[in-house]
Amino acid sequence: MTASVATHVNGAPVYYDHAGDHHPPNSTMLGFWLYLMSDCLIFAVLFAVYAVLGRSYAAGPSGADLFDLPLVAANTALLLFSSITYGFAMIAMQNKRKSQVLAWLAITGVFGLGFLGIELYEFHHLIHEGAGPGRSAFLSSFFTLVGTHGLHVTFGCIWLVTLMFQVQKLGLTPANRRRLMCLSMFWHFLDVVWIGVFTFVYLMGVL
Amino acid sequence: MAADHAHDSHDHHDDGDFHVSYKGYATGFILSVLLTAIPFWLVMGKVLPSPKLTGFVILAFAAVQMVVHMIYFLHMNAKVEQGWSLLALIFTAALVVIMLAGSVWVMFHMNANMMPTPDPAAMRNMP
Repeated sequence: MTASVATHVNGAPVYYDHAGDHHPPNSTMLGFWLYLMSDCLIFAVLFAVYAVLGRSYAAGPSGADLFDLPLVAANTALLLFSSITYGFAMIAMQNKRKSQVLAWLAITGVFGLGFLGIELYEFHHLIHEGAGPGRSAFLSSFFTLVGTHGLHVTFGCIWLVTLMFQVQKLGLTPANRRRLMCLSMFWHFLDVVWIGVFTFVYLMGVL
Repeated sequence: MAADHAHDSHDHHDDGDFHVSYKGYATGFILSVLLTAIPFWLVMGKVLPSPKLTGFVILAFAAVQMVVHMIYFLHMNAKVEQGWSLLALIFTAALVVIMLAGSVWVMFHMNANMMPTPDPAAMRNMP
């Protein structure tokens, strides 16, 4: 069944697909979830590489020498706060409060940028100390794993700003809500990956 | 107006089982804070007697926190997408476990086999 409505613009019939029959409802969410699962496999491979190479210091510095746990704790807190503020944005979206959605998204973005800032500072500090990715297999795998996560957060921030403009301009349309729900899954997924990073890389690295 | 109304009800249907609440996010957040703070405390305060034990305990905390995030932040349950999301998640988790455990197992034995093996008699006289 199609619920298309025919009107005439300049004599030509125009069809609108009001029922949205062109794709089954909700298939985007499942598709995006499958993308996240494939992303999960990328991270799993990088974790496996780190598990194998993480103790190959090549007579260089180890995690216990390099990692600054209070800094990692601050980063973890920022990401956790950004998760709950994104959750508040979703609640505002459910209540159809556009300005609240924008405000919570902005706060989430600030936390995300704070996370990236601390991570870039840490990377810069490590490279400056001579512990760059070329120093040892441990540092190569460390920079690859943590850097890939940071790259995901970077793209999440770009996506977030894009969506803020979209919501600002077009409002909470069904398409924008679907996009916000996808970014929600992406953002929370990155927080799940970070649990693995701070536990397996940082905390176990200094043990 | 009638069209608007029809559109609204369609939107509602489109959101499916997506219903979020402050309570759910707050529960997830408080649990996450606890499950994050305790491992940091265990490691930074050197609370447990052996590093090996600490390692196992914090890995267990991480696993629990991942489940908490899945339930309260990613709203995962057996009903989402008629269970297909959960099925994809279980399949991925199985792959991840096989890959991680397999890699570590194989490479550990590789290391053991590739290392120069000193003479046992010489080992006994080592300091």
